[in-house]
Amino acid sequence: MNAPTLEFAAVAPEPALQQTASKQFHVLEHHPENGTLLGFWLYLMSDCLIFACLFATYAVLGHSYAAGPSGKDLFDLPLVAVNTSLLLLSSITYGFAMLTMQQKQMRATLIWLAVTGVLGAGFVTLELTEFAHLIQEGAGPQRSAFLSSFFTLVGTHGLHVTCGLIWLVTLMVQLGMHGFSEANQRRLQCLSMFWHFLDVIWIGVFTFVYLMGSMA
Amino acid sequence: MFAQSDLQTLLLGRLTLDAIPYHEPILVATFAMVALGGLTVFSLLTWFKLWGPLWTDWVTSIDHKKIGIMYIVLALVMLMRGFADAVMMRAQQAISFGDNAGFLPPHHYDQLFTVHGVIMIFFVAMPLVTGLMNFVVPLQIGARDVAFPFLNNFSFWMTAMGAMLVMASLFIGEFGKTGWLAYPPLSGIVASPDVGVDYYIWSLQIAGVGTLLSGVNLIATIVKMRAPGMTMMRMPIFTWTALCTNVLIVAAFPVLTAVLALLSMDRYLGTAFFSNDLGGNAMMYVNLIWIWGHPEVYILILPAFGVFSEIVSTFCSKRLFGYSSMVYATVVITILSYLVWLHHFFTMGSGASVNSFFGITTMIISIPTGAKIFNWLFTMYRGRIRFEVPMLWTIGFMITFVIGGMTGVLLAVPSADFVLHNSLFLIAHFHNVIIGGVVFGMFAGINYWFPKAFGYKLDEFWGKMSFWFWTIGFYVAFMPLYVLGLMGVTRRLSHFDDPSLQIWFQIAFVGALLIAVGIGSFVVQLAVSYVRREALRDVTGDPWGGRTLEWATSSPPPAYNFAFTPRVHDTDAWADMKASGYTRPLGGFVPIHMPKNTPAGFVIAAMSAVLGFALIWHMWLIAGLSFMTMMTTIIAHTFNYKRDFYIPAEDVTRTEDARTRLMTNA
Repeated sequence: MNAPTLEFAAVAPEPALQQTASKQFHVLEHHPENGTLLGFWLYLMSDCLIFACLFATYAVLGHSYAAGPSGKDLFDLPLVAVNTSLLLLSSITYGFAMLTMQQKQMRATLIWLAVTGVLGAGFVTLELTEFAHLIQEGAGPQRSAFLSSFFTLVGTHGLHVTCGLIWLVTLMVQLGMHGFSEANQRRLQCLSMFWHFLDVIWIGVFTFVYLMGSMA
Repeated sequence: MFAQSDLQTLLLGRLTLDAIPYHEPILVATFAMVALGGLTVFSLLTWFKLWGPLWTDWVTSIDHKKIGIMYIVLALVMLMRGFADAVMMRAQQAISFGDNAGFLPPHHYDQLFTVHGVIMIFFVAMPLVTGLMNFVVPLQIGARDVAFPFLNNFSFWMTAMGAMLVMASLFIGEFGKTGWLAYPPLSGIVASPDVGVDYYIWSLQIAGVGTLLSGVNLIATIVKMRAPGMTMMRMPIFTWTALCTNVLIVAAFPVLTAVLALLSMDRYLGTAFFSNDLGGNAMMYVNLIWIWGHPEVYILILPAFGVFSEIVSTFCSKRLFGYSSMVYATVVITILSYLVWLHHFFTMGSGASVNSFFGITTMIISIPTGAKIFNWLFTMYRGRIRFEVPMLWTIGFMITFVIGGMTGVLLAVPSADFVLHNSLFLIAHFHNVIIGGVVFGMFAGINYWFPKAFGYKLDEFWGKMSFWFWTIGFYVAFMPLYVLGLMGVTRRLSHFDDPSLQIWFQIAFVGALLIAVGIGSFVVQLAVSYVRREALRDVTGDPWGGRTLEWATSSPPPAYNFAFTPRVHDTDAWADMKASGYTRPLGGFVPIHMPKNTPAGFVIAAMSAVLGFALIWHMWLIAGLSFMTMMTTIIAHTFNYKRDFYIPAEDVTRTEDARTRLMTNA
């Protein structure tokens, strides 16, 4: 083995007598990489699996109309197109917020985050309008297994967007309080992943539920 | 009874005095005992003024070691409950023949087999496994804590709150009468309008969140926080199995969350996922729950394999035979565990091709598992085997688990499964692998790492008593069930007509009593060891001649685990350090960066338990309030930016000096 080094002699009270940490066996202070982004990504993947189950459920039950309305009878594609544009745009504006964050422009970041929030809120509002309309028509989630799985899949996505909105507002307040601290930048990155993830899920919902449902 | 006023419904939902089972003598007696026990603990804590330390040192602690210990304590307490249920079932089946209806009415018996399964899997096996991983993994990889210490505390409390809800169902209302996986349409609102299934759903959802987050946490810990030099192929096998188990957790538990959410929508909102009408499909539930359920059994067994690997190499004083084949076997099992779920319901009738596919994948799993058994055997071959208690459990496991594995391969043949499906042969098989694998593994692990956690070894005599009674008890209790299963007796029956079967059930009951002596011996072992702790003291930190890093630090380890982060050059890092003339650093300590305790995890978990209870009883106002409180606490917690502190160098020096003195005096 190496002889005990005296590298930390300044700290040790009696360097000549004390055995200090040998470099062969120790590192003085090990700073592990930050695991937050990996951890959050793992969480997103687990969330993705919840959506996978809901998609699978929709695939199995999506044609069980129970003599009730089908997607072709119900879906209002122009409305869904507007809705989709709102969400996709909000992903772009969140991207701008991240770019301005990297340039440490607080005002611009907050503005882009606010725009993202408004677009997201518009998405949720339109979705709720659609739901209310369907329920009014007697096509609520209790009507058939198709509608149960439709409301659950789309509604779970909407619930996620709502959580994202609450998080967005919280984070804007925290940015105001603590600026671009390391913690806040990390949080913005996590929300960014979350927001884009919901976008990806929505593309699946849009294609698989609305487009294919309108064709059937 | 009270008249149902609007206010009462608003506050209490469907909870009325009728829900309290004061007319059931068994439950009243149990409640009296629990209340007495609770009161004793409460008075003792108050008398010795321990509430403060309990709160600051344990409840709010984010130290992975304490959280690991709390998981194991939770599991052992729940083991008593789950085992009491088992003994009652065995007693009922031993006497309930012909005119004798036994002592358990069917509605009680049905709850027993449901709650027994739920408790044993979710609140005994899972916390044992999670607890061991929590305690051991950061030490084995030379880390100071897990990647997300706060989440770790939160995860534990979610699991504990789930367990608490199950316990509450004993005295307020009832538990499900559906079997441990609550298949619809039986678990639907039409067949089960009572609160039982709702208790089932919410206790599992709450505990499930905890499990999922602890899975994320441990993966991030293992991937990001290993000591310098510890490459993936230098990780201890237990850490490898922990990694694979947590990958399985993250990939499987969301499915459970989703399927239980769908079931609760059917029950609460009247949707038609699993109903018999309106296009619902109950078999979809069965598929989804087993897509979680099969990986779940590997979530439980893989860490046990890890424990045995550590123990075999330590107690044979040898490097593990076939390290890399062990790693690959573990990874292959991880992947294959997702491709076999349908073998749980071959009788669904998916046709010959589908059944053959799943039959064959199931049989393939026995190959990597067999490879592991041979690796352990070859490690023992020409080793200097020390037959201490952990090693006894390991040998008991190797024999018992192989039998259970072979009956599993039998069941994997679809045509054989059509005869044996839902029979006592199946019950015997999975108890054979879960008791012989997971339970033996956890007892081995507890005996092995107890000195690390508490600073003294467990008493050997009572450990051996516990091992022998458990092992013999297991065979006496479950071999008769194989026989009965082959004769065609189905599971979950509370009464029999054919008197020729009775003798087998009576033998099985004797087996259950032997296991009871085994559990009792374990409790005595803990007590005796505590009394004899000075004689059993481990001052070296390495009582067994261990090979991995957890044995490099003191027993119990200081809050910061390692004064200096170790540098790793080989597998079995500690054995390598000892062989290359390692000496402990005695000075030159520096301040250590550590996370701070917080009560947030406990508060959020407690709120979720209130929320779950309110949802079970349809107390909508309380549900709304507790949900708001929970969300507010979560958001408020994100405003806390001061989550860490430094342990000053003087404190580290003081702790390390104390250890030096202890080692010189010994």
